[in-house]
Amino acid sequence: MTSKNVHVKIDEMKTNSGLIKNFELSIGKVMNDNYDEPMGPTPMPSLTALRDWDMKLLTKYKPFYMPDCDLCCLCTFGKCDLTAGKRGACGLDIATQSSRIVMLACAIGAACHTAHSRHLLHSLIEKYGRRYPLDVGGLNIKVEAPVSRLVTGIKPETLGDLDDILTYTEEQITQVLAVGHTGQEGNNLDFESKAMHVGMIDHVGMEVGDIAQISALGFPKADPEAPLVKLGIASVDRTKPVIMAIGHNVMPSVGIIDYAKDKKVDDKIEVVGLCCTAHDMTRYYNRARIVGPISWELRFVRAGLADVVVLDEQCIRTDIFDEASKVDAPVIAASEKNCMGFKNRTNDSADEIVSDLVSGKVKGVLILDPEKVGEVAVRVAQQVAPIRKRKNVLPSIEEVTQIAKTCTQCSKCQRNCPQDYAIPAAMKAAAQGDLTLLTDLYETCIGCGRCEEACPQKIMIHSLIIKAGEKSMLCEDNLCRSGRGAVSDVEIRNVGSPIVLGEIPGIVAIVGCSNYPKGGKDVYDIAREFASRRYIVALSGCSAMSAGSYRNSEGKTLYEEFPGGFEAGGVLNVGSCVANSHIAGAAIKVANIFAKRSLRGNYEEIADYIHNRLGAVGLAWGAYSQKAASIGAGFWRLGVPVLVGPHGVKYRRMLLGRKEDPSNWEVFDARTGDKVNVGPAPEHLFNMAETKEECMVAIAKLCIRPNDTWKGRSIKLSHYVDLSKRYLGVMPNDLHLYVRTMADVPMTMKEEFAKILADNNWKETIIPDPTLLPRMVRKMKE
Amino acid sequence: MSCEPWQCGEIASTKKANPITKPEIAVAMIKRAQRPLLIVGSNATERYMEGKQLIEYVIEFANASKVPVVATAHMVGEFIKRGYQPAAFMNAMEIGQRVVDPEWMGLDGKGHPDLVLLVGLPYYVESLMLSGMKHFAPDLKTMTLDNLFHVHAAWSFPNASLEEWAANFKVMTEKFNGGN
Ligand code: SF4
Ligand code: SF4
Ligand code: SF4
Repeated sequence: MTSKNVHVKIDEMKTNSGLIKNFELSIGKVMNDNYDEPMGPTPMPSLTALRDWDMKLLTKYKPFYMPDCDLCCLCTFGKCDLTAGKRGACGLDIATQSSRIVMLACAIGAACHTAHSRHLLHSLIEKYGRRYPLDVGGLNIKVEAPVSRLVTGIKPETLGDLDDILTYTEEQITQVLAVGHTGQEGNNLDFESKAMHVGMIDHVGMEVGDIAQISALGFPKADPEAPLVKLGIASVDRTKPVIMAIGHNVMPSVGIIDYAKDKKVDDKIEVVGLCCTAHDMTRYYNRARIVGPISWELRFVRAGLADVVVLDEQCIRTDIFDEASKVDAPVIAASEKNCMGFKNRTNDSADEIVSDLVSGKVKGVLILDPEKVGEVAVRVAQQVAPIRKRKNVLPSIEEVTQIAKTCTQCSKCQRNCPQDYAIPAAMKAAAQGDLTLLTDLYETCIGCGRCEEACPQKIMIHSLIIKAGEKSMLCEDNLCRSGRGAVSDVEIRNVGSPIVLGEIPGIVAIVGCSNYPKGGKDVYDIAREFASRRYIVALSGCSAMSAGSYRNSEGKTLYEEFPGGFEAGGVLNVGSCVANSHIAGAAIKVANIFAKRSLRGNYEEIADYIHNRLGAVGLAWGAYSQKAASIGAGFWRLGVPVLVGPHGVKYRRMLLGRKEDPSNWEVFDARTGDKVNVGPAPEHLFNMAETKEECMVAIAKLCIRPNDTWKGRSIKLSHYVDLSKRYLGVMPNDLHLYVRTMADVPMTMKEEFAKILADNNWKETIIPDPTLLPRMVRKMKE
Repeated sequence: MSCEPWQCGEIASTKKANPITKPEIAVAMIKRAQRPLLIVGSNATERYMEGKQLIEYVIEFANASKVPVVATAHMVGEFIKRGYQPAAFMNAMEIGQRVVDPEWMGLDGKGHPDLVLLVGLPYYVESLMLSGMKHFAPDLKTMTLDNLFHVHAAWSFPNASLEEWAANFKVMTEKFNGGN
């Protein structure tokens, strides 16, 4: 694709139809491309271009607000108390304020991914040039950027083309942020629509970043057999100097790995990562190690395992410098977005910086040149490791007992623990020499350190927990499949039909962070349950790590037990946060490649297709971040339901359908124009599951779609019933809403269903060609 | 017995729960209600008093008071296992959304509940559900039966020990069983 600026100015022109005077037209860019799809109705949609679609969804799935705060303090009129119907000084009420916060969270998330992508793109263009071709899967991928094509109407071919796409996303994020100002939008649904808008933009921003890095950095390209990489603290060779990178932007890690390889010391040091940087590091260099999700930061640093800590961006503990200093590990900040108060040493010589860090003259530096980060990190690690000798701040086992004896059982730790864990009881036992309860806490603790902040006795509770769990920590040696990136067109062709017809019962995308209510094992259990049932299980980010952190009875991790393809029973790790765009991309590609729907600027039609036909569910079991909010919002706008774990209530609103209200579930039959009640499929657009057990059942139910064939529906219902019996201990109470004809009833459950249907006055209905869009009706009835 | 939110961050602005100083007060309010409803969450099998699970206390209380129970999460099977049939089972958000909807006619379709009792949800989940009810159903009476103070409820027991909590349940159950 090429582009150019066009400016037309006509002072006076006579035409057949009249006289034109003072006509001026400016078009920023004209796409002169070889994208042969016709342009759809909404290329580069503005804030309101898809508002009608959003309102359709928001009518079906109404917001249920649970304000996390009664006040608004966003301007100096406030604080305003918005309790129970009171309005603020600007006239805002609590529903509108809650939706405004949702929108702002999504805008922050989208800005974060987009700014990350901008930095990546900038660096890669600088290094490889604007004309560097995109390649996300060789000949197996013709639809290289489904989200971008759908939203912007651009078919990018080079790094330079991505620049145009990103410019659009940046403008939209600015527009959305502007809406958050006092005195804009007086209606909660408009804020909700804008949250969805910026969520959609977020997926574009993520896609740009990931396809840029896949193309230029040689990451696995839609490879179902992307290498298995080491995961867990025990996989780190602690006899070597250890460089630990935290964050999401791979560029500094690329600098480290390149330098180490160049100097032929890559086998003499360990390069390990935490959070999504870890994924992308292994996509670049499969001997890098994934330590674990964000919640492992304090464990790794306090246990003294890092010799140098390199910070890039996002989800990094802001006190990590203090923590690293306590174990004499120098810190290198490497992102403009996260300078940590350090002096900018980018223009100093590497020799000087290394000497300052090794001697301890300074404990942290800011270096904004990834190559220099690489050299400094490697050299410092090599020199510091023998000096600091794994200095750590963990007490000995004997000390744990002694320290626990100073506990006064005041419960402040528990009351400040986000998980409400019974720390005082663990302390009481530890004081008597029994560390079992503290060891149990190691398995489920999210490593936030809030308990310590609250303890009046200044007990380093988290360190005690780490010490108690040290043995199992030092046995964490598992495998994760390196992020494979996109789903190939061939894979989509193979599964398009069985997914849309319902014969593959669903796609479960398990994404996001590690704010789990009871540890990461739940993620493993959920992924394994659905892969065993031959759903497609797609993972990313911290969830992909948690899923790889456990083994089955034969000692195999999930990634060894199941194939890595986008296929029935496949377990695929798409990669880091920005790789989430490939999950949305896969859904979009089903509509395009399998159903031959045009993508280009054709958002509403594709979303309508996905919503009614594609049994996909997103699960963010430990979602905590604003980025997780915007990823979710991007799925909502596509009509894909999203579930969160219990902490997800703090996003403060759900989007819920009401299954007992028939008017909620009417669609048009595109064949006839008739309105048909298709039942609550899917029942919700955004909901919280309180427990793993409930979550299992909710996922199965949320995969049901109006378009399922009878065969597909019967398969989906049999999973729904089976999971409900197993995990809830009862038959579902809404089966009559999901049976359209008797052929939908699973063969082995005819009797059970017959009674339920009779008790609920069930009547047979038809399977329509479902759409929410009147314009998609082929033959409207008179 | 303190009346600070159990999880310290769950604070409220101007509308804060009234403390239930003794279980008899709760009983009187429940007796006065025409259409009470009890929502029971997943901690019902996680929390113990005097070696007995919370769910056992809830079943005794529900049998005595005849307040219909909505089981959230996977609690329905746990109730049935113990010989108690809850009036409904539902996701916590689903029941939360229904009780703030003035048009909702209750589980039996005969009228909106006038008193919603909650117990045994994860503290932060319960807290936010109560916040939703406080803001969007300001006339609805809400009450928690936990031993953890919930500031967003209309009525809440103060933070209390497990022994006190067990005692409160016993008194409430007894009062409904006809005790004095
Ligand atoms: S934005 Fe409105 S509600 Fe918020 S503090 Fe300002 S005046 Fe009050
Ligand atoms: S560090 Fe662990 S135990 Fe401490 S408050 Fe956080 S989650 Fe709770
Ligand atoms: S806050 Fe400290 S003193 Fe209080 S119970 Fe917890 S560990 Fe013990």
